[in-house]
Amino acid sequence: MTKYIIKRVAMGLLSIFIVATLTFFLMNMVPGGPFVAEKSISKAAQEALASKYGLDKPIFERYVTYMTDFLKGDMGVSLRQRGRTVSEIIFSKFPVSAGLAGIAVFVALCVGIPLGCISAYNRGKLSDNIIIVLGTCGIAIPSFISSVLLLYTFGSRLNILPTIGLNDAASYIMPVTALAIYPTAYITRLMRSSLLDVMGQDYIRTAKAKGLSSFVTLFKHALRNAILPVVTYVGPMLASLMTGSFVVEKIFTIPGLGREFVSSISNRDYTMIMGTTIILATLIIAANVIVDILYKVIDPRIKLK
Amino acid sequence: MGKGENMAEKLLEIKDERLSFFTPAGEVKALNGVSFTMNEGDVLGIVGESGSGKSVTAYSIMGLTAYPGKLIGGSILFNGHRIDEMSEKELRKIRGNEVSIIFQDPMTSLNPVYTIGNQIEEVILLHTDKTKQEAHARAKELLELVGINEPDKRLKQYPHELSGGMRQRVMIAIALACEPKLLIADEPTTALDVTIQAQILELMQELRKKLGMSIIMITHDLGVVASMCEKIAVMYAGHIVEYGTTDDIFYNPKHEYTKGLIKSIPKLNVEQTERLVPIEGQPVDLLNPPKGCPFAPRCESCMKICLDRMPPKTEFDGTHYSHCWLLQKEEFAQEEKTVE
Amino acid sequence: MKKPIPSLHLNADDFIPATSEEKESLVVMRESVNFWKDGLRRLRKNKIAMVSLVFILIIIVFAYFLPSFWPYTYDQQIKYSENLSPFEYGKDEQARIDAGESVFPHICGTDKLGRDFAVRLMMGTRISLTVGLICAALILIIGATFGAIAGFAGGWVDNIMMRFTDILYTIPDILLIIILSITLRPKIESLATVKGSLWMNQVGPNSTALVIVFALLYWVGMARITRSQVLILKESEYVTAARALGAKSGRIIRKHLLTNCIGTLIVTTTLQIPSAIFTESYLSFLGLGVSAPMPSLGSLATDAVKGMNTYPHLLLLPAILISVIILVFNLFGDGLRDAFDPKLKD
Repeated sequence: MTKYIIKRVAMGLLSIFIVATLTFFLMNMVPGGPFVAEKSISKAAQEALASKYGLDKPIFERYVTYMTDFLKGDMGVSLRQRGRTVSEIIFSKFPVSAGLAGIAVFVALCVGIPLGCISAYNRGKLSDNIIIVLGTCGIAIPSFISSVLLLYTFGSRLNILPTIGLNDAASYIMPVTALAIYPTAYITRLMRSSLLDVMGQDYIRTAKAKGLSSFVTLFKHALRNAILPVVTYVGPMLASLMTGSFVVEKIFTIPGLGREFVSSISNRDYTMIMGTTIILATLIIAANVIVDILYKVIDPRIKLK
Repeated sequence: MGKGENMAEKLLEIKDERLSFFTPAGEVKALNGVSFTMNEGDVLGIVGESGSGKSVTAYSIMGLTAYPGKLIGGSILFNGHRIDEMSEKELRKIRGNEVSIIFQDPMTSLNPVYTIGNQIEEVILLHTDKTKQEAHARAKELLELVGINEPDKRLKQYPHELSGGMRQRVMIAIALACEPKLLIADEPTTALDVTIQAQILELMQELRKKLGMSIIMITHDLGVVASMCEKIAVMYAGHIVEYGTTDDIFYNPKHEYTKGLIKSIPKLNVEQTERLVPIEGQPVDLLNPPKGCPFAPRCESCMKICLDRMPPKTEFDGTHYSHCWLLQKEEFAQEEKTVE
Repeated sequence: MKKPIPSLHLNADDFIPATSEEKESLVVMRESVNFWKDGLRRLRKNKIAMVSLVFILIIIVFAYFLPSFWPYTYDQQIKYSENLSPFEYGKDEQARIDAGESVFPHICGTDKLGRDFAVRLMMGTRISLTVGLICAALILIIGATFGAIAGFAGGWVDNIMMRFTDILYTIPDILLIIILSITLRPKIESLATVKGSLWMNQVGPNSTALVIVFALLYWVGMARITRSQVLILKESEYVTAARALGAKSGRIIRKHLLTNCIGTLIVTTTLQIPSAIFTESYLSFLGLGVSAPMPSLGSLATDAVKGMNTYPHLLLLPAILISVIILVFNLFGDGLRDAFDPKLKD
């Protein structure tokens, strides 16, 4: 087990290194630079700024400098938000996005798993059909549309929910709902199909033949097997909500990492792009490792190699 | 075998059972009027090829008919109760308790995420008032009974850590946990290696002697039924085409299908020149079963009447009966003579 | 022995042996259907899928044919007809109506520049659909080829190719989308001026860049699915048999692997269409989508956000349209999957 974790972590670090390298060269391929957009400053001033941040040096040299600094724990300073270090910005924005994504994942699991079970349990009945229709609609509505519609209905028309920021519990309702709709619908569908698959297995027949009630059969024998695909999905989902939350953050004016990331890309804020990409890649890889370990806990057949 | 038929308690009586699977493609008529009775302590073998309805019959005794399947006629009387009229709740009290079943594939019939102990104790705790400790002790006892050594260690293991034969023993232990009146064995040895097959059969014989329950043995292997069963029902396309004692079936088969089956068994003590005779043709399509005898298209002695009329039951001495027009033909010929 | 039951009414003719033709006539063989016929039959029986298909056809007519017959064009700005509600007329138009002229109504109103919103919706749908369809096709080509090569080659080739897709998976989508679309845009714009690529001006270089970016990003899923299919099929006995009989690799790929993968590929491709439309719509929201005056459904919705309190229909119509398009493509894709590839689950 320990050996496995060490191996996975090493593999993860290698992946992060490759991602960082790729990102570094890719973003430098993009025309424009961090200071080009600022019309207020002269060409000479631009060049001065560029040389101050070492942007005039050859790309490979900059790459080596960045990576060695990074290994020392220094992610550099933001090129656009002068005077602030990248780590400072990330550490102030990350908890906001992580909190939002975490709550959304929690909601999606709490709603999606039971709905999927109810649907599979009542296969072919009215409740199943209603849940299938809702689930399919749920994956069809892009988050920016649901956000805007929520904003319009509850914010502008009914005026019962706050529309800006994340200042109190009520202000979480709309962004979390908008973020959670897609994963909830997805988990519902996943849970349903996985449960139906497991319900057709021989050991479920054995459980029924023992005289167990369908409730116990479902919860003791089927659920633990059926939940595996959902567990696999949760890791990447958490990560994609973290990176994908920028739309919701933009609409509800939430100061999160997603919005910061998008604006840093448009502004060619190289150090910010690198910092955020590395953090997000680490998150995705960590989520995958945790999922694999959870898998082992749920299913004793899995051997970690 | 007529002796003592009224003395022994009647355990199971199936009358004209009809069961269909309502699939999107249409109604698949899996059972088309199956009837038989079993007394306490009987060992009945049900023989037939895949899709003949043997397993469906067995599952319906436990009320375990799979999803699109539905009982559409007939009755199942077990131990004085009408199984077909029972509620799900009543059925649950019988399953695993009075009737239990061993499935074909031990590799997939145990839940991979729970220990052996958990899965055996579960059924004990469900049907008896035993405490957890008592259930554990009973589980250990059961494993010893089915010939598994180091039961303490095995109880803590997961199914994937056990061999196929070992898992089938565990399945038998689960089935026997509440001392059922009727044990259904659905091709219990088909998925196992030949040497393991013999061991499992031996174990079942031994357990039957020790515990004295009734057994329904479902198989397509005539060798298995010959060694274990007293009576045999031969099924074809949802019909019992012939029923009789093991001796009747093996030494005096009446139905053409039964004869074909017996011809197709390899024998050890015959001359090299004798060849195995397979039954030609394909099993019937149960979506559109023929209106006459279902075996007619494959039958070498098929007659005109076989094509559009179901043969009636022809009874022989004792419990032996069969459904075949050939048997009627003989009698018809005799009758014609007397009329003349 | 018992007597035969008298009610059977038998006569001697009944016991004449049946001919083999008579026996054969009994075996009602189910009409032998091939893979496509069988799948189509199942698809036709699936009501939800058929309803979705009708919707898809309506949407295609709406997007590709209706604009040609519409009296307004998507970039035509009508003076004094700005910000009209549905079925309302502008000052000039009202005057013309009063003068006895017939004026085609603005069924969905107009936007703030006085453009007929109905035709803009149609054009938006056309762009979104085109992006979705072309993307799906490109993804199919890239993904299936990559996956098939990896699966078929196996060993270290497979290993390296798959690690590559893993890494592509780990880089945040949005970063790649933005970087690629910014890098690609100028190149495509210069390409668009070359003779023979005038079609690009029809769609707009921006959407062309988007399509290429999507295709470069989202083929990974397709590649993984194809690879796993190929791996399963490679191990299957009929391929071993074909190989044992001396069939060449090319023949095995064409004859066995492709014909067996095709169901999965069709389904995955169909499901790719709504997801491309989905992504396009939210990139438009970020201002990274297709460029003005060409509308896409996403950009129409985005433009309407600011004025949503006054002109909610400008927001609601494209929003509903996007959701309906994604929904029907998903439902139809699910139907296809059930019909052609029951093993594939989401």
